[in-house]
Amino acid sequence: MINIYEVTETNQMIEQANLDVRTITLGISLLDCVDTNLDRLNRKIYDRITTKARNLVRTAKEIEADYGIPIVNQRISVTPIALVGAAACKRPEDFVTIAETLDRAAKEVGASFIGGYSALVSKGMTEADELLIRSIPAALACTEIVCSSVNVGSTRTGINMDAVRLMGETIRKTAEATRENSCLGCAKLVVFCNAPDDNPFMAGAFHGVTEADAVINVGVSGPGVVKAALEKVRGQDFEVLCETIKKTAFKITRVGQLVAQEASRRLGIPFGIIDLSLAPTPAVGDSVAEILEEIGLESAGAPGTTAALALLNDQVKKGGVMASSYVGGLSGAFIPVSEDQGMIDAVEAGALSIEKLEAMTCVCSVGLDMIAIPGDTPASSISGIIADEAAIGMVNQKTTAVRVIPVAGKKVGDTVEFGGLLGHAPVMRVSPFSCEDMIRRGGRIPAPIHSFKN
Amino acid sequence: MKKTIITVTGKDTVGIIAKVCTYLADNNVNIEDISQTILQGYFHMMMITDTSRSDKSTGELAAELDMLGKSIGVMIHCQHEDIFDMMHRI
Repeated sequence: MINIYEVTETNQMIEQANLDVRTITLGISLLDCVDTNLDRLNRKIYDRITTKARNLVRTAKEIEADYGIPIVNQRISVTPIALVGAAACKRPEDFVTIAETLDRAAKEVGASFIGGYSALVSKGMTEADELLIRSIPAALACTEIVCSSVNVGSTRTGINMDAVRLMGETIRKTAEATRENSCLGCAKLVVFCNAPDDNPFMAGAFHGVTEADAVINVGVSGPGVVKAALEKVRGQDFEVLCETIKKTAFKITRVGQLVAQEASRRLGIPFGIIDLSLAPTPAVGDSVAEILEEIGLESAGAPGTTAALALLNDQVKKGGVMASSYVGGLSGAFIPVSEDQGMIDAVEAGALSIEKLEAMTCVCSVGLDMIAIPGDTPASSISGIIADEAAIGMVNQKTTAVRVIPVAGKKVGDTVEFGGLLGHAPVMRVSPFSCEDMIRRGGRIPAPIHSFKN
Repeated sequence: MKKTIITVTGKDTVGIIAKVCTYLADNNVNIEDISQTILQGYFHMMMITDTSRSDKSTGELAAELDMLGKSIGVMIHCQHEDIFDMMHRI
């Protein structure tokens, strides 16, 4: 029988350490909505989403009330729209109408975000893929909760450098198109290498073609819980440190597993995966950087940061895998700058640079995330940043991504405010040296050799 | 039958248990076990209850108990036992 100390521990995690379930994401396949007529296609997409996701938000609220655990977001991911719209869309503007439909449908059911305005172009781009990518700036400017992602590389295919070049330009244009709104469009746009099909986290969620008609994926959170647990083992050796992280990750993930099973049962939709990522928020005490500091760094970005993050990421996985039979998505520690108060502080103190963040992405999930850069950063330099991250992902057989915001009119040292979960970000320095000639080459970087690992 | 765990946390004052128990009796909730302790200077009480004969859902009970708690200056949570079982038992 459960005892009072265990009950108190759980409730303290929720109340004092910000334990929550970050998202229940309902993946919906739109493949059978495909139509050559654009109006019909839009109608089918709207109907499919509003039917399948009708009870999503209500069910999440019920689970939240029954278990006393906050479920922060209810989101939807759909089949990459470049595939769904290929038969009907002949111009970028045609794709924009689908973005508007997604926005309308997701708002109708009360979802906080909808992801899947995406193209998978790791080897080559179809005409539709390219049209979709070219439509991204307008699509993100005229919608509020649509998220977009483009997969430009993978370990098996190499990196599509034409797409990398196009994405550098697209990010600049998206910033311009949403400049009245802190260039927020770029916060809803991710460029991936090795994008997973079942990621529940935004902005990179889409419902992969390997998935069933509908599926429930759950993203847990809890950096605050790990931090609070580590406070109790200050000064002890790595074995104790690792054991503490592992046990805490187990507990966090079990709550996610419970919520996922319940959501699946109540909605009558199969359970897909739990994503183990430690996802920070700008709230005090909900920070991955603070965990790194608790491990023993003066600030995130200090020498030792990469090792501390590698350890953290690995232990979270080891604890989490034991807690759930199906783990997937990104599953690692997120290190977004604007969404993590400790990261923001580290940048403002001069302890953390883009180069150090890049090193950190070699050992944790995702990549250069929510980083504000000067508005006049050349598109080719953004492409260079994307290529670097994609190369890390490609060679290390892991997911990496870039979500940078070239904030129009801002320079290094300025701050940009996004609000809500997206937080605020200090504008960071990008190397002023050019990679223009490399990006202009065009073509592909071949897939890496899968032997002779060193 | 699945149990519902009710926890009360706050500064100890006269009548906390009486008020909570009266509410539970009025709503046909049976208390099967009560334990209490002082942790970090705060009063903690946990009740294991059976809500199967109550007309109200766990969510409704939780919302009303939350209001009751606010009126007497303590925090009251009402949660399905599964969340604790999942977290603390393999």
